[in-house]
Amino acid sequence: MRNIYLDHNATTPVHPEVLEAMLPYFSRKFGNASSMHCSGREAKAALEDARADCARILECKDSEIVFTSGGTESDNYAVKGAAFANRHRGKHVITSPIEHHAISVSCEFLQKEGFGVTYLPVDSQGIVDPDELRKALRPDTTLVTIMHANNETGVIQDIRELVRVSHEAGVLFHTDAVQTTGKIPYSISELGCDLLSISAHKLYGPKGVGLLFIKSGTKIQTWNQGGGHERGRRAGTENVAGVIGLSKALEIAARDMEKETTKLNSMTNRFYQMLKERVPDIRINGSLEKRVPNTLNISFRGVEGEAMILSLDLKGISVSSGSACTSGATNASHVLVAMGVPGELAHGSVRFSFGRSNSEEDIEYVVDVLAPEVQRLRNISPLYTKSGN
Amino acid sequence: MPRSLRGIFIMTQRVLVGMSGGVDSSMSAALLKEQGYDVIGITLKLYDYAELNFEPPDGGCCTIDLINDARLVCDRLGIPHYVIDLKRAFEQNVIENFIDSYSQGRTPNPCINCNRFIKWGEMLKTADKLGCDLVATGHYARVIEDKSGVRLLKAVDTSKDQSYALWGIPLEALKRTILPIGNFTKAEIREKARKCGFRNADRPDSQEICFVPAGDYAAIIAQRRKDDRSLQPGPIYDVRGHEIGEHRGYAYFTIGQRKGFGIAEGVPLYVTRINPDDRSITVGTRDHLFARRFSLSDINLLIKPEELPDEVEIKIRYRHGGARGRVELMGKGAMVMFDRPERAITPGQSAVFYDGERVLGGGIIDQIIETPGK
Repeated sequence: MRNIYLDHNATTPVHPEVLEAMLPYFSRKFGNASSMHCSGREAKAALEDARADCARILECKDSEIVFTSGGTESDNYAVKGAAFANRHRGKHVITSPIEHHAISVSCEFLQKEGFGVTYLPVDSQGIVDPDELRKALRPDTTLVTIMHANNETGVIQDIRELVRVSHEAGVLFHTDAVQTTGKIPYSISELGCDLLSISAHKLYGPKGVGLLFIKSGTKIQTWNQGGGHERGRRAGTENVAGVIGLSKALEIAARDMEKETTKLNSMTNRFYQMLKERVPDIRINGSLEKRVPNTLNISFRGVEGEAMILSLDLKGISVSSGSACTSGATNASHVLVAMGVPGELAHGSVRFSFGRSNSEEDIEYVVDVLAPEVQRLRNISPLYTKSGN
Repeated sequence: MPRSLRGIFIMTQRVLVGMSGGVDSSMSAALLKEQGYDVIGITLKLYDYAELNFEPPDGGCCTIDLINDARLVCDRLGIPHYVIDLKRAFEQNVIENFIDSYSQGRTPNPCINCNRFIKWGEMLKTADKLGCDLVATGHYARVIEDKSGVRLLKAVDTSKDQSYALWGIPLEALKRTILPIGNFTKAEIREKARKCGFRNADRPDSQEICFVPAGDYAAIIAQRRKDDRSLQPGPIYDVRGHEIGEHRGYAYFTIGQRKGFGIAEGVPLYVTRINPDDRSITVGTRDHLFARRFSLSDINLLIKPEELPDEVEIKIRYRHGGARGRVELMGKGAMVMFDRPERAITPGQSAVFYDGERVLGGGIIDQIIETPGK
């Protein structure tokens, strides 16, 4: 059976060049970057070179990069760390209702610790209005955290403007850039944010490594305590091979950005056009313009997203409905609900996230498989009556 | 795809196997795979211990450990595995009904509704969505189909037979059911699982009602309906109607129960009746537990009504040995008359009709018609 992977927002395969760059650091160059001897120095040099590469690509200073175990750790660190380090100034945090669980659950934790949390609304396109942020800012607000692009819809926020509004009020700004890094060109200095999270495995790097950008002078509480690794901001022997992989993945993403963007845009557009022709009663969730080029979130009226995902899996096509979750929760997506998508359509949503491995040919195949599956599921669906209602 | 001798493709049937993560359902999937079916494993997430505010017991159903065990088994078998969330359906069809039943002074068997509405209801719907012809589970019972139709039979291993809990399966659903485990003894299943290298091969059997940790069903009632009348004190009457004490709530009692009402008498006393109207329980001697006639509701037949024999074997509890009697069908209900008085006929439990090893149908015990005792 042909296998087609359309879930690149969940994770991506490690790029062969990335793997090649990492390999020596598992064996020959195995040193502990904290050791004084030559193999330690070798590891340390590689680590710092990688940090410099990341900083150059992201347009920030080397010293502003802390390597972590991935996006979730970076998000936890940023939100809790900034909130706790600044609690003498106030205990109020602003976020959005469409954040990844790493952010939203961290915010719930802050609430239990006595912080106030405000959730800004998003419009039907999935976008946060900077004016709403302006209205929500309070004298005791110390942190705003809003994701760069949403993992389920791919919709991009105007981070520059949101940062400007926050900074006018002297409030720190964090963004979870896990879904944009490697997919759209941006620079940290241009965004202007104080904190930014990245995960390697979303951009053809390895799992288990990421980074948190912490702008110079930003007060943040350290959670991982122990040795003085990462300038005392994140104790623990550095994942040298992982970091090398992350920097290489960033380098490749930057190198191929234009080419990949063109390809992904043409693939997603073609896919959506073909789907519209073949399958009636579908709708795209979230802005079609302000969107990372690889992601389409589509609702199939009268069909449960879960049934679609399982049926497509049985045909060798991997898609998902939102964040990767294996425990079997089937609540309607909190992202789509926040955007005001009606319950039935929110339950019937499927996320297609394309990537390097996909070809134009895949698209035709997927549409050929998908169209009759939708028809079959609609035929047995008590919810579906033709054309709309 | 397999071919026949003439080179014609044989359509393989696709079967959805409900997998708890335990040894029986794991082997069910393994056996079906071995028999050449196109097998898909599915674990039904029915409740969340965290939401029920209970510490999950070791190896408790629906825990992440068991879900992972099911997933690992499927991975080893090279078949897909999914988890579907049926918490809401389970809450509505099983837990709510369970509490209602206690509240009405009955002693429910929630497995009946779970099989009827969840496994052979919701799971069957999922089977349709996944294009599955059949469903299977790890139950100890057998389904046989021949020219005369489909039959539900007791398991070969009678000590493990679970056919009692399956009478509620709609006949149409039974036609799409395979129960591969029923042909083997538990020991054989464990041995096969060991050979397959399944790590759950020697896990002890689950005993209690899955969503009631430590058998404390009153806690489940209290948590959802803390003011339910079944949990409030009420009078204890003797069989002549004299009040002889007070109990802490009729939900704590079932027919035939000997303990828990704190009355010392010369002869052992048993609960013979629970009356939710005045929150009373009635106690009597062992003789008072015996009765012959009772009514049934929610009848489900696995045969045509006219095929029901004059006399059948009737089981009124999971562990009941069965006794001979007559069933008179009346619409969705029935009247049952045992040949000889039976002990502790309990409203809320199921009465299941057998002809030898074949399950003919069953219903929920509604009311004891004959006054117990003399």
